[in-house]
Amino acid sequence: MSNSPTSRGRFGIHGGQYIPETLMNAVIELEEAYDRYKDDPDFNAELTSLFNSYAGRPSLLYYAANMTADLGGAKVYLKREDLNHTGAHKINNVLGQALLAKRMGKTRLIAETGAGQHGVATATAAALFGMECVVYMGVEDMERQALNVYRMRLLGAEVRGVAAGTGTLKDAVSETFREWTNRIDDTHYCLGSVMGPHPFPTIVRDFQAVISREARAQILEAEGKLPDAVLACVGGGSNAIGSFYHFIGDEDVRLIGCEAAGRGIDTWETAATMNVGKLGIFHGMKSYFCQDEYGQIAPVYSISAGLDYPGVGPEHAMLHDSGRAEYVPVTDEEAVQAFEYLSRTEGVIPAIESAHAVAHALKLAPTMSSDQVIIVTLSGRGDKDVAAIARYRGENLHE
Amino acid sequence: MKTIADAFAASPNGKAFIPFITAGDPTLAVTEQLVVAMADAGANLIELGVPFSDPTAEGPVIQDANIRALKNHVTTDDVFDMVGRLRANGCDVPLVIMTYANVVFSYGIERFAAREREVGLAGVILPDVPHEEKAEFAEVFSAHGLDVVSLIAPTSHERIRQIASDATGFVYIVSSLGVTGVRSEITSDIGGMVELIRAANPAIPCAVGFGISTPEQAASMAAKSDGAIVGSAIVRMIGELGEGCVEPVKAYVREMAEAVHAL
Repeated sequence: MSNSPTSRGRFGIHGGQYIPETLMNAVIELEEAYDRYKDDPDFNAELTSLFNSYAGRPSLLYYAANMTADLGGAKVYLKREDLNHTGAHKINNVLGQALLAKRMGKTRLIAETGAGQHGVATATAAALFGMECVVYMGVEDMERQALNVYRMRLLGAEVRGVAAGTGTLKDAVSETFREWTNRIDDTHYCLGSVMGPHPFPTIVRDFQAVISREARAQILEAEGKLPDAVLACVGGGSNAIGSFYHFIGDEDVRLIGCEAAGRGIDTWETAATMNVGKLGIFHGMKSYFCQDEYGQIAPVYSISAGLDYPGVGPEHAMLHDSGRAEYVPVTDEEAVQAFEYLSRTEGVIPAIESAHAVAHALKLAPTMSSDQVIIVTLSGRGDKDVAAIARYRGENLHE
Repeated sequence: MKTIADAFAASPNGKAFIPFITAGDPTLAVTEQLVVAMADAGANLIELGVPFSDPTAEGPVIQDANIRALKNHVTTDDVFDMVGRLRANGCDVPLVIMTYANVVFSYGIERFAAREREVGLAGVILPDVPHEEKAEFAEVFSAHGLDVVSLIAPTSHERIRQIASDATGFVYIVSSLGVTGVRSEITSDIGGMVELIRAANPAIPCAVGFGISTPEQAASMAAKSDGAIVGSAIVRMIGELGEGCVEPVKAYVREMAEAVHAL
């Protein structure tokens, strides 16, 4: 194997570029473009302007006084990504990638979506930039998130249902990769999380790192010190890595990723990859995956369509290996209780994904002292989930 | 045991017809019969798919075959055992596994390669392992005298030279953009790709796959290279005919192999 190029984009042993040869020049072209623009002042000025004047950044760091008083422990702050335009953190990454794609001369965006938030964000950016947009979504998720399907169509995107496999996020990712191999020249795959082949995990992390860049400055301003813990939900892991990134060097700050345990990590109906998965290679990366003994990817389950993914981003896998971050399982029931709790206590309805992080805060804060501080990232708002939660509670409510 | 190189060398005109089937579709017993039938019908090398839950390089036809095989609970070990039975019964057609990185990785790359050698397989084709990630697998497989087949796509351009110079076994030329599946015409410049491969590695055979279904296409692709690979057209017959597929597939393979060998 003389002169073999070495594998790129590694996070410890994780990451890499396990994709068909057909796509290799596309990801190399993307990497080169990103290297060219990531420190380009014009590019960054345009992105910052979009963040601030279009997406509504910086997002608030809100002191949850009622929750803090009720839990009787650490002070709880909420990083309000739910207040972004389109209602979630997804817009941060999408604006960055759409701007990059435009600079690369691409005229068409394709994307996968689980809960629909990334699809809505991509459709939004495509509308803003006058680009064509096709979103792939599992048929099961289209059922769970019907309003977001209509929202994407309203924004001018075409939504293509994916019936293969379990009809959820992993199948939508597979189908979007398939479509990308079919049409590359004018098309950018706007991947929605810190996963897939290099350079996606790095690009998406860098665009999402705005969350911790702001939160770090905001908490220093509000408290005069760093937080004791940062909590975020983890599916692929983009809002979590964005929330962790600028705190990774601060070793006293606990970084806690909250995984979707579904009906529990002792059942098959779970999506808690770090807790039940093992090392594997899928969707372009080496990382941890829920799989059987022969490497067949498991049909994972969570009430949350956005966390219903059998893998996790390679940088999280590395942070897990090194012990720098902790990954805890949160069940459907715990997440639904947190969804209801935050709505009642703070007048904030969180996305069911984000409710997983809130649920862990409900356990953690009371064990801490009143001079300690935790930040919980509210990655999205919960309007999209209201009908599904009502049904979970036995109400016959349909959108 | 027969290597991939033997498969091309054994053909009178040096051209190979290479059919693909998914092991365990419709059942492992039928797969076993299909291998024997296709070898009798003139197949020079057979690609055996080990089913994977999420075959991202496949079109709908082969995706469905993977689902059918997994519904039969066909495992990697079952496929190895079947190949062992074929060899014990005297079937000596060169066989190469086609599957996805995680199937090999989760089994253990060393363990997978050792089992391949033990039962008489010639190597592996992994469509989700490009040149940059190949060494992790190829170093282990080559230690067992097995090949990890390299793929080249219409988008490879300047990558062709490097990929071809490191290739062993044969070079799999992906004829078209997109996933596996039958196409009415193939518009890529196959001749140009073959020329670049030959310039970098004159000894390596190369065969064209993706989209081929007719004897005319197979002959045309094999004329420009050293062989033609056909998957979806056969897998579609298997999907439609179920257990009754063996004779019709045999007849189809004979017609295709004759077209390739008549060149």
